[in-house]
Amino acid sequence: MSQTWIILGGTSTIARTFARMASERGEGVILAGRDMDDLTATAADCAARGAPIAESIKFDARDAKTFSPIIERAAELEGEISVAVFVGSMPPQDEIDDDPSLIAGTVTDSFTGPAEFLTTIAPELEKRASGTIVGVGSVAGDRGRLGNYVYGASKAGFHAYLSGLRNRLGRSGVHVVTVKPGTVDTAMTWGLDKLPFLAPPEKVSKDIFKAVDRKRDVIYTPIIWWPVMTIIRMIPERIFKKMQI
Amino acid sequence: MTWKTLEYSGWGRVLTARGDVARPERASALAKLVSSSPAPAIGMRRSYGDAGLNDGGKAIDMTRMDRVLEFDAETGVLHVEAGAQIGELLRIFAPKGWLPPVMPGTGFATVGGAIAMDVHGKNHHGLGSFGCHVVDLTLMTAKGPKLASPKKNATLFKATVGGLGQTGPIVSARVQMLKAKGDVMVVTERRIGGWDEFLKYLDASDATYTVGWIDATAKDEHLGRGILEEAETGGGLVAAAKRGKRIPMDAPGFTLSPSVVRTFNAAYWRRVPARGRTVVKPIDDFFFPLDKVHDWNRLYGKSGFHQFQCVVPINAAGDLREMLASIANSGLASPLAVLKRMGPGRAGYMSFPMEGYTLAVDFPNRDQAEVLIKELEAQTVKSGGRVYLAKDGLSGPERIRDMYPEHKQWLKVVQSTDPDQKYATDLIRRLKLREPT
Repeated sequence: MSQTWIILGGTSTIARTFARMASERGEGVILAGRDMDDLTATAADCAARGAPIAESIKFDARDAKTFSPIIERAAELEGEISVAVFVGSMPPQDEIDDDPSLIAGTVTDSFTGPAEFLTTIAPELEKRASGTIVGVGSVAGDRGRLGNYVYGASKAGFHAYLSGLRNRLGRSGVHVVTVKPGTVDTAMTWGLDKLPFLAPPEKVSKDIFKAVDRKRDVIYTPIIWWPVMTIIRMIPERIFKKMQI
Repeated sequence: MTWKTLEYSGWGRVLTARGDVARPERASALAKLVSSSPAPAIGMRRSYGDAGLNDGGKAIDMTRMDRVLEFDAETGVLHVEAGAQIGELLRIFAPKGWLPPVMPGTGFATVGGAIAMDVHGKNHHGLGSFGCHVVDLTLMTAKGPKLASPKKNATLFKATVGGLGQTGPIVSARVQMLKAKGDVMVVTERRIGGWDEFLKYLDASDATYTVGWIDATAKDEHLGRGILEEAETGGGLVAAAKRGKRIPMDAPGFTLSPSVVRTFNAAYWRRVPARGRTVVKPIDDFFFPLDKVHDWNRLYGKSGFHQFQCVVPINAAGDLREMLASIANSGLASPLAVLKRMGPGRAGYMSFPMEGYTLAVDFPNRDQAEVLIKELEAQTVKSGGRVYLAKDGLSGPERIRDMYPEHKQWLKVVQSTDPDQKYATDLIRRLKLREPT
């Protein structure tokens, strides 16, 4: 059966590698994001790599008006529809501390925007009783820490949302994968110092497809983050609050 | 963040640089960089010396701008971003019956690098250099993208192809791909006993792809022995080459000591039966045999290595024989040595190729090797030949202008497009290429 991915945040580094891999698997891609020139270039790249459908479309997590044209386009597609969410924003925590109004945007980009989109498109997937939703969260959502706790809180919210969505959609044969990447070598992290276990974006995309094919619920990528976060989650709060990690 | 401070080196790992590097992923980000802080573009850093280094300055890493923008399956014209790797294009398009027209010895080289060095491949005798197949290219300038082709902005085109990045970052290029019968190679390997026989076979070869491996440690009556490989593309089914092995650490110094290399080379030569043989290989195995082992440059240990590559005119073949003799007598060479006949095809003012014979030899970085390479260079100039700037790390300003007679034309264009020398690299400064004569 033909399969098409709707990729939110199609300009992000990981999304680009994900779209390439989908194309080489012979799956279609609809790239949604803000920079249309960039999305068009990625769509052309995907077409050359074998994607039967390769389109670009406007998506802005902060503008719900952009959602319905995507959902209408999805409804026209034949076969299986899947959605992968790569959106999110991470302003430095000290900038947020100086300007708390940045919090609303961060939460919209990383949680409520995509959640609203997914809730709107969910019935279309339920109707088809197939497909996968990939939600990219972050290890930062596992525990609030000094360096980026507003971003972490948004992702924690997104994780809980995905868990509930999985609970709902699982009943109609739609699978939801929560992906928790650690630090990835992207445009967003370029130039930041001291990033542990920095992973290439291709590695993350590969792990996501493995999880999709095996119908995994929650994955850490690279896998080293699973033991690391297991330990970090176990640290009692009264010790954790004094730590700098 | 836009900039990251990095310590980086050329492929030979002798020369290094430290400086801020940006890595744009979108054309809009590149445009912003070029207008605010122009800096030389770098790719996968497969040039051996300092062509891709800007010590103490900034650089723009183009490797994330690597998308196919358009492919016309009728004409075979491919529009591709400059950071795309040649090997990746081979992987995508060979199954569709199209090959990159010219492939250097490593598939990790980027399209931008292939243009800026006007690289050649195993088909140079027939099809010329990479730049001969570039339909047009787009440079990023402070005023936005600018197109150059052999017809439009022709002097800018000729200054960019083989132009060492001095006209600014290449955003994308349209390349005429080459129709192929399939994605396997039918390779005929022939044992060659010595120098004269090698030239005879190279001159007579009418194969599309021809290359000679030469035993640069064989002396006297064995001088110039090696293996001639002639190949054509073909249809068929062979398993893809296994790739991705890594050299986990810098090898100790004795790994490539003279006796090890001599023994290895003799065994490698005997690997091909005396009567020759024809084998079928996966396409990337033939074009990029060394890419199977990532970071193979670490085999030379911490101190790195130099590659000497020159081309001399046909009538100077005797001089090249003498150069090979002094290499063999020195006992300094590594197993990697290549002899090839080149055709006249070149596309830029500063392009390396000329009709003649090209010899490339790797040397572990030792003092005697530097002395020898300088002697070889002097001989190259005397013979009317030139050294390849993609490989060079040792030459000086005094010799280069004799080797590159069109340097003046190149300099004129480059000075007008980049008067403040924002795109100068370590190689440009070492060879004083941006200074008027």
